[in-house]
Amino acid sequence: MTAFTRRQKKSITLALRYAVATIVTLVFLFPVYWLFMISFKTPEEIFHVPPIWIPGQFQFNNYWVLFRDGDVVAILNSLIVAGISSAIAMVLGTFCAYSLARFNTGGENLAMWIISQRMIPPIAVVFPIFLIYVWFGMVDTFAGLILLYTAFNLPYVIWMMRGYIADIPLELEESALVDGCTRWQMLWRVVFPMARSGLMATAVFTFVFAWNDFIFALILTRTDVITFPVQLTHYMGGQSNFWSKIAAMSVLGTLPIFVAVTLMQRYLVRGISLGAVKG
Amino acid sequence: MADVRISGLHKYYGAMHALKGIDLTIGDGEFAVFVGPSGCGKSTLLRTIAGLEDVDGGEIAIGGKVVNDMRPRDRNIAMVFQNYALYPYLTVYENIAFGLRARKFAEPEINKRVKDAAELLGITELLERFPRQLSGGQRQRVAIGRAIVRQAQLFLFDEPLSNLDAKLRDEMRSEIKRLHKNIATTMIYVTHDQVEAMTLADRIVLLRDGRIEQQGSPLELFEKPATGFVAGFLGSPTINLIPAALKISGRSVAVELGTGEVLELPSYRDISKSSDGKHLLLGIRPQHLTRAGSAELPKGHVRLRATADLIQPTGTRTYVTSRIGNTIVTAELGAHDVHEQGATLEYAVDMNRCLLIDPETDKVI
Repeated sequence: MTAFTRRQKKSITLALRYAVATIVTLVFLFPVYWLFMISFKTPEEIFHVPPIWIPGQFQFNNYWVLFRDGDVVAILNSLIVAGISSAIAMVLGTFCAYSLARFNTGGENLAMWIISQRMIPPIAVVFPIFLIYVWFGMVDTFAGLILLYTAFNLPYVIWMMRGYIADIPLELEESALVDGCTRWQMLWRVVFPMARSGLMATAVFTFVFAWNDFIFALILTRTDVITFPVQLTHYMGGQSNFWSKIAAMSVLGTLPIFVAVTLMQRYLVRGISLGAVKG
Repeated sequence: MADVRISGLHKYYGAMHALKGIDLTIGDGEFAVFVGPSGCGKSTLLRTIAGLEDVDGGEIAIGGKVVNDMRPRDRNIAMVFQNYALYPYLTVYENIAFGLRARKFAEPEINKRVKDAAELLGITELLERFPRQLSGGQRQRVAIGRAIVRQAQLFLFDEPLSNLDAKLRDEMRSEIKRLHKNIATTMIYVTHDQVEAMTLADRIVLLRDGRIEQQGSPLELFEKPATGFVAGFLGSPTINLIPAALKISGRSVAVELGTGEVLELPSYRDISKSSDGKHLLLGIRPQHLTRAGSAELPKGHVRLRATADLIQPTGTRTYVTSRIGNTIVTAELGAHDVHEQGATLEYAVDMNRCLLIDPETDKVI
């Protein structure tokens, strides 16, 4: 038996690597693929044995039903709630973070105290919050959910942005101040551009948190402000589950996140790896 | 253009007293260099002038105006930082234009000034590049360009060359000196490198522990240091400080080394406050030790025997270290003066140039 040459060894390693990568990708993509396929299937096709990998005819009836019955409003509600709450949290949080990073506001421990707010299990506070919301008449309102998600995302934004801002060389800011910027100008022209990756990555995460939240939305809303995850549960009944509706709605609910992550992929990778190094 | 007047300046960082009463006047168009060991307060002093640090006492005036409560942007100064402080997301052109845009200059004026500065610094072909595509020297030029376009009344440099390699540092040093000649603006330059200080300065301000130890022209500080600290800080290799005792007999004055050797001093020194037998440090610069020939020595020179323990040729000169008593003494000799390690040498010591330092007060007598 002849030993492999170095060259052959290299190509074998490479082939193995690709094989493993392909398998891993397939395993992780399969549920997504299956979800998309179900959304185009008729009820008979869904439970067909053997499984139907690709439906004979792509039919959009499942989606059409969601639009006809107005169920898609839930997606719109989620967009409003997640979008506005992330925007507010990003603006407030970034300024707080700047203050913590550069002026050491509140001493050494304030930042830790702030992030500790994020560690509370949501389920532990949801009922007290519900009672307070009843008191203030905020149950089942946009304002109620937006306020809550902002409050939950703020500590995260502050914590993340504090790290990104602390990483910006102080000389860049000082140079801008000497060169003629006011502090506000300096924030716009130096700090935000320098922290762009971090800003984008953090914004995506806050949006995703609000988008995916189920427990608060379930308990704090009734009929007016149904968000996408809560809407999904309406398709699971005691008698039967509307699998085709669940699949179609899930696809619709995945799309905004998919779009956001795709658009910001460049910043996300950089932003997350930056954060990883900083800790 | 403007002069800088500082009086009674104090700065604290918590309990740390960083500047302990600085009084300093820098003339219009002067090139002043703040120099000193790390932690002496030179950078802090520069930053208080820039307005990047608040002061806890005293007054700073630029061009006759007290600026203590002015924001950095209102002081009309330009500053070059050690790490260049270029904005990585902007092109060279935009980096240079940054200060002008912040001050809302019109586009044609910005364009003209950036082009002029780029030409002066020889970086015209780099204007469309980004800082990451530049070498260290080019980045330094861009940083200087950003300061020039502002046409500020005062330039501040915070150790601008310490990130460059030795060859580039020499090059940029002469460029900064030439720049000062061309634009004749008041400049303040911070460095810990005594060669930079000596070569660039009209006036050196030597700081130590938050105070000005001595200030004056480079040669003044080099030749007439007020203290042993100044003598030791300037000059390379460092001045030799040899423990000795004063010997006064009648009108003749001499010092006796630990080895028992007695070196005659020229008679014009004022030693009226010192008494016979007083312990002091004899300061001799390595350049003032030469190889003695058999001929009679010039006036004020004395002979001193030593063994060449270590020979370090630099090409142009050769550094020879020997032991005299418990002190290691370095001499800077000609390149071919000594070859043999362990050889016995006879130095001619130029006692006209030597310093006597009181070890208790560190003052030069």
